[in-house]
Amino acid sequence: MSLCEAEKTFVLHGVEENFRLDGREREDYRPMELETDIVLHAFGSARLRLANTDVLVAVKIEIDVPFPERSKEGKLEFFVDCSANATPDFEGRGGEDLAVEIANTLSSAYRSKHAFDLTKLCILKGKKCWKVYVDILLLECGGNLFDAVSLAVKAALWNTQVPKVHGVNIDGNNIELNVSEELYDCDRLDVKNAPVMVTVCKIGEKCIVDPSVAEEQCSVGSIVVAVSGDKFSTVLQTGTGSLHPATLMESLKLGHRVAQRLDEALWATLRQIKPGQDVGFLK
Amino acid sequence: MSRNRDLLSKIGLRLDGRRPDELRRIRCKLGVFTEPDGSAYLEQGLTKVLAAVYGPHQVRGGRSKAQHDTAIINCQFSMAVFSTTDRKKRPRGDRKSTELSMHLQQALEAVIKSELYPWSQIDVYVEVLHADGGIYTACVNAATLALIDAGIPLKEYVCACTASLANNDVPMIDISHQEEIIGGPTLTVAALPMSGKIVLMEMSQRFHMDHLEKVLNKALQGCKDIRQILDEAVRLHVRDIGSSTGWANTS
Repeated sequence: MSLCEAEKTFVLHGVEENFRLDGREREDYRPMELETDIVLHAFGSARLRLANTDVLVAVKIEIDVPFPERSKEGKLEFFVDCSANATPDFEGRGGEDLAVEIANTLSSAYRSKHAFDLTKLCILKGKKCWKVYVDILLLECGGNLFDAVSLAVKAALWNTQVPKVHGVNIDGNNIELNVSEELYDCDRLDVKNAPVMVTVCKIGEKCIVDPSVAEEQCSVGSIVVAVSGDKFSTVLQTGTGSLHPATLMESLKLGHRVAQRLDEALWATLRQIKPGQDVGFLK
Repeated sequence: MSRNRDLLSKIGLRLDGRRPDELRRIRCKLGVFTEPDGSAYLEQGLTKVLAAVYGPHQVRGGRSKAQHDTAIINCQFSMAVFSTTDRKKRPRGDRKSTELSMHLQQALEAVIKSELYPWSQIDVYVEVLHADGGIYTACVNAATLALIDAGIPLKEYVCACTASLANNDVPMIDISHQEEIIGGPTLTVAALPMSGKIVLMEMSQRFHMDHLEKVLNKALQGCKDIRQILDEAVRLHVRDIGSSTGWANTS
């Protein structure tokens, strides 16, 4: 999709008047749909649809050996796959740059121990830990990928059930874990402070959140903030343009405010989800 | 072979309780996404596949590839890393995916009326969300639906089905992952069910030549059954879309 100058001016004027293309105000989000437990054989999963953006996240868990320098911590790994279903540009290795950018931003947002406590994933210090793979599949791109991905990841981690370990048998170098056989005998992960990302997009003189594809094209630069609890965990500037420090501070504040509202909305939605609801693409 | 590993029990039921000539439940939906020109979601038992079709559009990446008398059909098969029980390292680019892309292309080229679109390209992308046996067949069936959703002229439906031979005697169709693991030959057939033509046939392992015909016939019957199911889904979809737009563009 490419816009001509007149169309860009139209979008810009809309942002100026606080009345965007689809009738939203500058701080409004498009409607979202969230489903959890959508991938049956994963430990946790979620699918988030933000207008036209569709993200599927599945969490898999394996037993691994902790890093020697972080012997008390488990491992968390993000992998983003840009499916060619989203756009033909992603065919082959086409989506790899975007995928790596999103995955790196996520892992830096989750790195702080206040955002996500990796020590809970440790089973036996220096010997055994859980390795959590968070696999993100982008099925459709309708703008604002970062926000959608972060919300879906948080929901999927919330949904994740880690099997309980009842005991550890150590016999020399042999370590045997006694993992619970019961299907529902599981621990939930603590995702209370897991970061929520907000993309603040500068269009003309004003900043907006949740840009659509058309708005992303008009923007000179955008800032992705990851907010965990009431603190920033990552700030990333993307795009080609440059920003004045005053604008930067302002957009950080805007991002912070919106992220907290978004987080509240996410928790309210997660609380409403009841097990056994009909989910999936067939709905 | 121990008794509980038999593909078919004494009373003629399979491990998941199906009869030998029974398909797994197929559920599908057309038009799941808005961005592609056509898209479809298909569940065959636990195997879940998304397909998207872009085009016909101008040939991407240099016009030298364009054909003056036909459209290029470009297929990409990819599997989500979480689709199998053990996590996969990469979603595409390995040998199996490349092979499946080629086979998919072969089946679709036989059925798309590509001579109607010279100098152009049609992209078909399939994404496996859950692999539980019969990946290729689910991909072909989903791609057919996505092509129909995109409004691309087809000669007829192309459907695919697997078949196997249980206890060296009884042919059975639509093999699940569990049955694939236990063993026995697997015959994969992609066919045009109305005319009965076969566009792709692939067999793994071995069985006696004498059995081939009856297994092949079972697989073809499976393709016919699948066509019925897909046809019903297409008709339902058209009815829904048509009635919601008041049959605006039909005359």
